[in-house]
Amino acid sequence: MRHFKINHEEIKNGTVGRSVKHESASAQVTGKAIYIDDRHQTSQILHGYPVMASVSSGTIESIDTSEALKIPAVSCILSADDIPGQNDVGPVFKGDILLAENEIFYHGQPVLLVVASSYEAARKAARKVVIKYRQTPPLLDIKMSIANQDWVRPPHSLKKGDVDTALANAANRLEGEIAIGGQEHFYLEGQVSIAEPTEEGGIFVHCSTQNPTEIQHLVAKVLKRPFNFVTVEMRRMGGGFGGKETQAAPWACLAALAADKTQQIVKIRLARSDDFRITGKRHPFYNKYEIGFTDTGIIQAADIQINGNCGYSADLSDAIVDRALFHANNAYYYPAARILGNRCRSNTVSHTAFRGFGGPQGMLTAEQIMDDIAYYCDIEPLQVRLKNLLRPGMDETPYGQKTSQFVMADMLQKLADDANYYQRKSEIAKFNQSSPIIKKGIAITPVQFGISFTVQHLNQAGALVNVYTDGSVHVNHGGTEMGQGLNTKIAQIVAQVFGIDYEQVLVNATRTDKVPNTSPTAASSGTDLNGMAALNAANTIKRRLFDYLEKTYHVDHTSIMASKNEVHFGEQKIPFSKLVEQAYLNRISLSATGYYATPEIYYDRATASGHPFFYYAHGCAVSEVEIDCLTGESTVTRTDILHDVGHSINPAIDKGQIEGAFIQGMGWLTTEDLIWHQDGQLASASPANYKIPAIGDTPAIFNLSLYDSENPETTVFRSKAVGEPPFMLAISVWCAIRHALASLTQQRFVPALNAPATPEAILTAVIEANNWNKKQGCNRD
Amino acid sequence: MISFALNNEWVNIKNLAPNLSILDWLRTKNGKCGTKEGCASGDCGACTVLIGKYQNGQWKYQHINACLMLVASLDGKHLITIEGVSEQVKTQGGELHPVQQAMIECHGSQCGFCTPGFIMSLMALYLNHKSYPGKNKVIQYLGGNLCRCTGYQPILMAAEQSFTYPRQELNIESIQQKLALYIKQKTENAEIELSDGETGRFFMPNHLTTLLQLKVQYPKAKLFAGGTDLSLEFTQALKQPETIIGIADVDELRHTQFDSSGIFIGAGVPYADFMEAFCQYYPEAHELFERLGSAQIRHSGTLGGSIGNASPIGDPAPLLIALNCEIELTSLRGKRRLLLESFFIDYKKTKLQTDEVITGFYLPPRANNLKLACYKVSKRIEDDISTVCMVLAYQTNQQQTIINARCAFGGMAAIPKRAFHAEQRLIQQPASLTTFQQAGEQITNDFTPLSDVRASDSYRLSVANNLFTRAWYELEGRIDVSKPQTRIKHAAL
Repeated sequence: MRHFKINHEEIKNGTVGRSVKHESASAQVTGKAIYIDDRHQTSQILHGYPVMASVSSGTIESIDTSEALKIPAVSCILSADDIPGQNDVGPVFKGDILLAENEIFYHGQPVLLVVASSYEAARKAARKVVIKYRQTPPLLDIKMSIANQDWVRPPHSLKKGDVDTALANAANRLEGEIAIGGQEHFYLEGQVSIAEPTEEGGIFVHCSTQNPTEIQHLVAKVLKRPFNFVTVEMRRMGGGFGGKETQAAPWACLAALAADKTQQIVKIRLARSDDFRITGKRHPFYNKYEIGFTDTGIIQAADIQINGNCGYSADLSDAIVDRALFHANNAYYYPAARILGNRCRSNTVSHTAFRGFGGPQGMLTAEQIMDDIAYYCDIEPLQVRLKNLLRPGMDETPYGQKTSQFVMADMLQKLADDANYYQRKSEIAKFNQSSPIIKKGIAITPVQFGISFTVQHLNQAGALVNVYTDGSVHVNHGGTEMGQGLNTKIAQIVAQVFGIDYEQVLVNATRTDKVPNTSPTAASSGTDLNGMAALNAANTIKRRLFDYLEKTYHVDHTSIMASKNEVHFGEQKIPFSKLVEQAYLNRISLSATGYYATPEIYYDRATASGHPFFYYAHGCAVSEVEIDCLTGESTVTRTDILHDVGHSINPAIDKGQIEGAFIQGMGWLTTEDLIWHQDGQLASASPANYKIPAIGDTPAIFNLSLYDSENPETTVFRSKAVGEPPFMLAISVWCAIRHALASLTQQRFVPALNAPATPEAILTAVIEANNWNKKQGCNRD
Repeated sequence: MISFALNNEWVNIKNLAPNLSILDWLRTKNGKCGTKEGCASGDCGACTVLIGKYQNGQWKYQHINACLMLVASLDGKHLITIEGVSEQVKTQGGELHPVQQAMIECHGSQCGFCTPGFIMSLMALYLNHKSYPGKNKVIQYLGGNLCRCTGYQPILMAAEQSFTYPRQELNIESIQQKLALYIKQKTENAEIELSDGETGRFFMPNHLTTLLQLKVQYPKAKLFAGGTDLSLEFTQALKQPETIIGIADVDELRHTQFDSSGIFIGAGVPYADFMEAFCQYYPEAHELFERLGSAQIRHSGTLGGSIGNASPIGDPAPLLIALNCEIELTSLRGKRRLLLESFFIDYKKTKLQTDEVITGFYLPPRANNLKLACYKVSKRIEDDISTVCMVLAYQTNQQQTIINARCAFGGMAAIPKRAFHAEQRLIQQPASLTTFQQAGEQITNDFTPLSDVRASDSYRLSVANNLFTRAWYELEGRIDVSKPQTRIKHAAL
């Protein structure tokens, strides 16, 4: 395993560290960037559409497709019986069913697939199929799942020290709970796949997916073909956010099934409201805790129960609830802890990966705990946070990994200074005294997010670098581009290695026949893994070129340097393109694969301890809010962020990730409200009634700085992962809303506030605070 | 047959499904796939295109949702898509329009799927302003475009930056002239008729009489103005109506009149075309109109559509009811005027007869000393449906006694409805906080709202009650000390 050491001399003139434009920017702003649904729009292909169950739980009694088949455009209607291979698309565990066989597990579950010559006809025909069910009462209440111990996977818990004794001996004890809502991904491009039969009896699939390899495997298994008969291509997604890690698979597999049956090209694209109804979301959680702490607000013991509502199947829930456990201490030291994670079953769609992957729900609980202690002890909340941070000597997490980089305290203090936190806080207190209707609040919260897949074998990646004889370079890697700028960063990395212009490097579609056996682009790992694999591939070719120079010109290896499209050796230099041409003529291979596996990581489930994360990413944010005590409306008026991306490969792209993640997190905690009908049907099933942040919701003042540091671990150019960690910076908004609510009781009592803090949730809390005031008044009398 | 321009191309269409949206037509019939489908319900803006209309001798370009607007309604209009912007720039020897350049420079696209829609909304901003009009205006223009990647900061920056480059106009005079000539030559009685070759028909009459005749001939025909509601029946409910009558070109429905005798608004006038004038008389209504859907929706939607659909959550109805509006209904039998509040019978049911159309709305002149509060409460401030919408209009005498009051709510009942108990509690009372609070407490006697996806019944009752307190603070709370802040500082408020 080779790791990269930064050559600062080379970097100075290179591409890494520059805010290069997104590789697709020009195509995107001119409408020329091609997304999957843009293919085959005017050609004659078939369209598939699922027939969806209209009950949440029960069995199928009868199916009548006669009316649907009367529509002339319909070519066939496929059922589970038509599947030659396995009828299961579970990514890790079995149980994610492609087409229902008999039992229905959630409202909207696909039962059949209509195939027709137009999208409209397929959709209409799907609605004409009549299915009768024998209904059973659906399980929709997570508290019921907990009471019945109804799990999709067995519970797992972290244990550190003797928590019961520590709690019993604690100076103060507090109990609390929080219900945390889920979140719809609302990628602007919905789920879509196109499958095309190939001449050798295989299938070629275009799929908007974060995980082409898994699509390849599942399509092959569904069709009972060897993996090499299926090729998946993915150029770009119109947004993913975790929603296309496993949730793209059913539609790719169904399109492939239909293409295989009809031997024609088949496209499946979900209409937006169906995408809402039948694809998984961020898990709703219900968490409870009891904490013990000193009079000065230092945690002595934490007993936390984390309950993830997983929906009907396991999907990725095991790892998601694990990550909630791993982040239930956020950046804080718990001397004794018991953190139990339940994977609760319910009759809804199976909840899935979403930016943060359980981390946000664990971390929100930790931050509520910090505020609870602060209000209870009447200590300034930032002080409580600073006192409880992981620090040298108190560096061990509840899962046994020791933190080794202690930047959080410095970051929090720097941000508090830069954002004028204390002064603004006293101004807010003054404002609130004379403002009966609008109350302001402010809060500063840290994020410490573990980087690596918690499933060890996923921490590997491959890349293929081809240098052509004119000096241009083509790169494939196992990651997928969903807007996050992965291809841009990888082009920068490869350009840096060869000392050539960024424009000389082309990174385009991810294909399973170019780079095999890849991991999903998830867990913020895209650049860490694939960037390192591409770097290794490029370094292999670079070494061959340098060896050639050394041999031919009798110069020392150390005197060779590639920079500004030239290679310098000894006193001489040669254009990169010329060197490449010479190398070719001298029969030196200009193509190489690269591979990378993250070192040092392991986790032992039996003892619930290990070193699951290669390193941690850090950030902190301070947000100021206003709430309306008559209506519960709220707004974020200012946010300041300080975030640690290590040595940034592309500051503009990293900032884009941070700002975007913050706003997405703000939506999760404020306006994005998933509501289910009593029968288990999703009520908030369209953007008309599920509200992600709009442009005016962004803070009027929004400052963002990158923390000046290098990753102490040997990551690619000492950068840090950036996809997920900043999502949780938005917890500062939720804590600020609680701070505004606390002003109603002169900070003596904070009403409960479930997430998301919708106007209704805030008004409910306002009413609770007012009632508390009345009760205090009565007591005093 | 209809004729219009797509970018710089002339288009004639004879046969067409009457309910085909511009979006589907662009993508499936023309292979112009730069315009994206994000939701097909007018909520995300990914399909935003520009529509140029020739009005009063001038071309006006506005951005609309291509998923809601029907191709059939394009006759005589100029449709500009993202492809058109790029072609334009090429013909002028450039690579990118300033708006596109700015989006690239500011890193305004990540996944890029919403980007063409943003470019078109930014184009509308650019075409309608010579210099950067400020952040609030940008937010008004872009409130109907959702981006899930960037958090909007780079897009806000791009909006500003696009005005710093050398100005680039679109080279569209010749196609505009051709269109203007076509519009002029459209003979008086050449009513537009389109058919899909089977049962579907689309009529686009120019005159009220023709519209009324068609309505008698096809009593089940759907009337189509901006399509902001009706199109959802096509894209979501997958309904295929046999006959659609487009009313956007009916002269008599396109009038507005604002003078000392009051206000008349034709049923077919898009919100954007009358709201400024309206707000000169009723500036308090600004927020209600500016938060009505998005800019795209306001460029298309009409009062006739909102009221005709009798939606319990449409924002114009409570406003018009509180202002004592009369609705004019016309058929071949004649005209009649009703108090708007009596027009609604039950959920989505009105007094409109099958041969009648809504022709317009009359408002009396603004009374002296009229005090008006218009409030909309929703989960999201921009482009959201009201959880509760309240409009309160009242007058006080010199003794600060309330002498009359009309208060109407949306979102509280199956129809937009007055709060009679609350009104009664106000009338003949001093305009004090206690009076307003007591009026608010009457809400439980006036309404039994539902719990739904937007909020619970109890939240609706609490908010409706509390809004009277807000109204008092804003309209009466003339305390010697400084007036307290009554609204959160949101960019769209």
